[in-house]
Amino acid sequence: MHSHDHTPINVPDVEPGYYEIMETAMRELLAEKGLIQPAEIRRQIEVLDSRTPQLGAKVVARAWVDPDFRARLLANGRSACEELGITFYDDTQLIVLENTRDIHNLIVCTLCSCYPRPVLGLPPDWYKQKPYRARAVREPRNVLAEFGTVIPEDVEIRVSDSTAMVRYLVLPQRPNGTDTWSEEELALLVTRDAMIGVATIEAQERKVQ
Amino acid sequence: MKSDTLPGIVKADGEQPVFSVGERVAISVRFPVGHYRAPQYIRGKNGVIEAVMEPPAVNNEEEGFGRNAGRKRHYYRVAIPLSDLWPGYGGSVADGLRIEVYENWLERI
Repeated sequence: MHSHDHTPINVPDVEPGYYEIMETAMRELLAEKGLIQPAEIRRQIEVLDSRTPQLGAKVVARAWVDPDFRARLLANGRSACEELGITFYDDTQLIVLENTRDIHNLIVCTLCSCYPRPVLGLPPDWYKQKPYRARAVREPRNVLAEFGTVIPEDVEIRVSDSTAMVRYLVLPQRPNGTDTWSEEELALLVTRDAMIGVATIEAQERKVQ
Repeated sequence: MKSDTLPGIVKADGEQPVFSVGERVAISVRFPVGHYRAPQYIRGKNGVIEAVMEPPAVNNEEEGFGRNAGRKRHYYRVAIPLSDLWPGYGGSVADGLRIEVYENWLERI
C-alpha cells in the first residue's frame, strides 16, 4: 500500500448543455444512417488544425515584400491566398483590408463568429463572445484602447461586420525600420490580433539572423 | 458593360444587381421571426453601396430555414457612418461601418 497523497484532479463535472447534446445526437444519427463517416469529421478537424495565424502571417509578409502580390491580394484576397496553396474549403470569399496612415480596419462578426478560418484557423474566444461583438461596432476606439491600441482621432476607423459569404483579413502596416528584413523575419512579427485589427505591429528585435 | 455586348438580350429577374456603386440605400425595417443576416442595429439606417459583391451567393438566411437552398442573390458591401448608427457616437465623424447586405434587405431612397 502506498501512502502518499493523491491530489484529486479538479475537473468540473458539468452536465453537457442543450446544444452540445443536440450536436452529439445529430452527429451520431448522421453516422448511424451512413450519411457521413466519423473519419470525415476527423478529417475536417485536421483541416481546421492545419490553419493557424502563422499562415496569415506569411500572406502578410509576402504582401509587404512583393508589390505585385500585394496588388493581387487587395484585388482578390481569395485567389491570391490560393496562389500560396491556401484553400477555401468553406467556399467563402476573402477581402483584405489594408491599414494605412489614414485608415485603421477592424473586423467583427456581430451575429455569430464568421472569421477568416481558411487563413487564420479558429477565432479566439473573445472574438466569439458578446462583449466584443456588440462593442466593436458601437465603440471601436474604446475596444481598441482596451487592447492597448490607441488610434489617433485623425485616423479613420472602419469596422467590417461579416454577415454573408465574405471574410476579412487586415493587412497591417509594415513597421518602420524593417526595410532590410527578410520575408521570413517579417512573418514572425505578424500577430493574429494585428490581422483582426485589434493591434498594430511594432518592430521588435529581429528574431531570425 | 463592354461596348460589344449584343443588343436585345432580356435578362431574367435577379440576374443583374439592382443597385450600383455609390448609390444611397436604406436597410429595410422588418422583423421576421428567426435568425436573419441583417443585424437589427442597421435596420432603418441609410448607407452607400461601396461594392457589388461577386459572385452572387446563396442567401444564407433563407438557406438556414431550408428554403431557397441553392438560390443565389446579389449582395453588397454597404458603408454606414458610425455617427449615423449611434446617436452621440464618441469617435471621429469619419469612422464607419462596412457590412454585407443581401439585396432583399435594401430599399431605394
